[in-house]
Amino acid sequence: MSQAIASLRSRPRHDSSSRLMVIGGAMLAALAVIALLAPVIAPHDPEAVEVRRVLGAPDFLHPFGSDVLGRDVLSRVIYGLRVSLIVSLSAVAGSLLFAVPLGLIAGYFGRWIDTTVSRGLDLILVFPAMLLAVTFIAILGPGSVVAAIAIAVIYLPILARVMRTSTLIVSRNDYVTGARARGASHWRVLASHIAPNALGPVIVQASVLSAFALQLEAGLSFLGLGTQPPTPSLGGMLADGREVLIQAPWVEIFPGLAIVVAVLAFTFLGEGLRRAFDPKGVAE
Amino acid sequence: MGELLTVAHLSKSFAASGGLPWRRRRIAAVTDVSLGVERGRTLGLVGESGSGKSTLGRCILGLVKPDEGQIRFDGIEVQGLSGRRLQDFRRRVQPVFQDPYGSLDPRWPVGKSVREALDCFRIGTASDRDRRVRDLFARVGLNPTLMGRLPSHLSGGQRQRVGIAAALASEPELIIADEPVSALDMSVQAQILNLFLDLQQDLGVASIFITHDLGVVQHVSDTVAVMLRGAIVETGDTDRVMTRPHHSYTKNLLAAVPRPR
Amino acid sequence: MSAVLSFGNVGVSFGATPAVTGVTLDLKRGEIFGIVGESGSGKSTLANAAMGLLPANATVTGSIKVNGREVLGLGDEELRHMRGREAAMIFQDASVSLDPTWPVGDQIAETLRAHQKISRGAAKARALALMTEMGIADPASRYGDVPHRLSGGMRQRIVIAAALANDPQLLIADEPTTALDVTLQAQVLQLIDTLRQRHGTTVLLITHDLGVVAQACDRVGVMHGGKLLEMGAARQILARPSHPYTRALLAASPVGAKRGSRLPVVPPEWSVESLTEAERQRASEIKAGAAYG
Repeated sequence: MSQAIASLRSRPRHDSSSRLMVIGGAMLAALAVIALLAPVIAPHDPEAVEVRRVLGAPDFLHPFGSDVLGRDVLSRVIYGLRVSLIVSLSAVAGSLLFAVPLGLIAGYFGRWIDTTVSRGLDLILVFPAMLLAVTFIAILGPGSVVAAIAIAVIYLPILARVMRTSTLIVSRNDYVTGARARGASHWRVLASHIAPNALGPVIVQASVLSAFALQLEAGLSFLGLGTQPPTPSLGGMLADGREVLIQAPWVEIFPGLAIVVAVLAFTFLGEGLRRAFDPKGVAE
Repeated sequence: MGELLTVAHLSKSFAASGGLPWRRRRIAAVTDVSLGVERGRTLGLVGESGSGKSTLGRCILGLVKPDEGQIRFDGIEVQGLSGRRLQDFRRRVQPVFQDPYGSLDPRWPVGKSVREALDCFRIGTASDRDRRVRDLFARVGLNPTLMGRLPSHLSGGQRQRVGIAAALASEPELIIADEPVSALDMSVQAQILNLFLDLQQDLGVASIFITHDLGVVQHVSDTVAVMLRGAIVETGDTDRVMTRPHHSYTKNLLAAVPRPR
Repeated sequence: MSAVLSFGNVGVSFGATPAVTGVTLDLKRGEIFGIVGESGSGKSTLANAAMGLLPANATVTGSIKVNGREVLGLGDEELRHMRGREAAMIFQDASVSLDPTWPVGDQIAETLRAHQKISRGAAKARALALMTEMGIADPASRYGDVPHRLSGGMRQRIVIAAALANDPQLLIADEPTTALDVTLQAQVLQLIDTLRQRHGTTVLLITHDLGVVAQACDRVGVMHGGKLLEMGAARQILARPSHPYTRALLAASPVGAKRGSRLPVVPPEWSVESLTEAERQRASEIKAGAAYG
């Protein structure tokens, strides 16, 4: 027993969480600004074809070089980043819009409501993410909007489940029972007591999932199923760059780097949030 | 005049978690319980963990539906109530909880928690309600300047007073207090018990005082009911039960109480 | 005769916050010494200090000797050796001390094998014997159970069995019965007393309950705000307390008071509510952190 006591280490302090949040937040803010100001910042029209600049190496005018159609890679990366951020963030936001209410009612009312919602969501979980996305696109056709919808549906069960668990924990508190005894209707209890106290972990989960959403969007665009050309997309650029990897590596490297940076930013922020607001690990 | 609250042959069981739904064992939480509370008097409900006392409290509050039996409050049957009549019942029967941490919404200033009953039952105008909250704070011995504070900035004893104030807001006739002093230090416990006695005397509120602590129960209760594994094994006037217990379990409990003096 | 445990002007602080100030006391061999106090009194901090279980940010002054040997400043390995062989500690919440995934019998056996050269078979046999001594019926069938399959009272008995497995001369029990029903409480206290008689173990019993002191302790020390206010034979202190705080604490207990009477209130200078919330948070943080070594 002395071993058992001695081997448990005390928890790390909160310093790491704030550092991570700041770094991740700063990176995201920078990326968001770049994306928002794309029309202003991008030095060239991302869709402008310049035959003379085909596969041009990076130089002063084109810091990231030019691609197979002579288009400026830097501008395309900026616009592509914009698309990636918009699609992934709106997908997660859309998912939350449905996941939060579903999780709340499943966790609060329990019994058959919980069973129905949970089993319904489980059905979505059965399918691998990519397969589900591809199926969506096969039915609804390719494009950014469909990609966003598909991603939203894919992450709906995870977010709903985290919300449900959090709701279960919060509902057990006496202040919830007290509110009911003091005349609060179920809806009042859900809105004023449960939701505010239960949202923490699902926000954490949402920021962590944003990193995955971004990768998923890039993956779909890579396959040609997401954002359609000529609209620049990071995944699409990765696909195009493959063929010219040897003679013009910059066409592949820069979009790839952009994806990595964006994913890291979301991951840092999400992890920092998790350490600060969800140390018990309700989020998955 | 009759009793304020009469419970007759109440039973409640829960399905044990896990396993196939139609094959789950049922755990009997409360079995064939009957008891009564007179207006303005306190019934002490004593039992150890697992005795079913908390479940019984929740049934009486109308928060849990019993499987069998009857609960009558001021002549009205509680089980079938809904809508307006359920709200009326809720106004008149209020809970006080054990845990000073979990009994108040951590994001609400404590004044808002005390006002909740007034807001939900729509009692009085907004300024009426504010005034009433101030009165309640004063009555439970709290400085009204604490109204805007969050629960985390109050001590355990102060939070418990807030809980009592919240229970008194709708001027209930019956309070169900589930282990209200168990989580408090001894010295603080004494203060809260004094508060209970004062309120009993001043307001004439009836109460059911649920606890595992025999010392506490004999101090505040007029009558006592002893619960063991879901059933009531003994009931009667406090003085009688504490000095001349009939049931062997009551005798065991009394013998086990450590006495400092 | 050297004291089994002695505190010499011990002070503990966490940064700028003092948790224990100027505590001096000696435990005689074979006695049950109770330390009674409310939240923020420093009683648990004192106990943790004796076992070297304070978190890293704690500063300890003075001297703490176990069997005449200074404990403060001992290295991890020496502390580990001391814990289990010479001194053992049990806590209020048995689940802190038990690994939830191991069978309980194995956990007792593991403690044995950690401190003595003993074969697996012999360790298991001894563990079973200990379980029987603790009053656990049919230990053979309970041996393989994981903690959550046992009741709270039984878990506490396992914890005590593991603590006493290596026959330590000193047992520190921090609120061992607080989480238990009153009937179980009486049994566990009785058990500690029996073990003390049989093995000559010295016990430091931390509690907030004066009734527990009356029932189980030979001598008692009263703590408040980190200081030891008074100390003496339990019967004497409880019957004729000299310190106003002790008197107030005794008077505040509803047991034995006239029904319906107002209980005397502890004077404000001794109120534990005057400790700010931050300090109380600190106190419970210390308790939780310390339990995790």
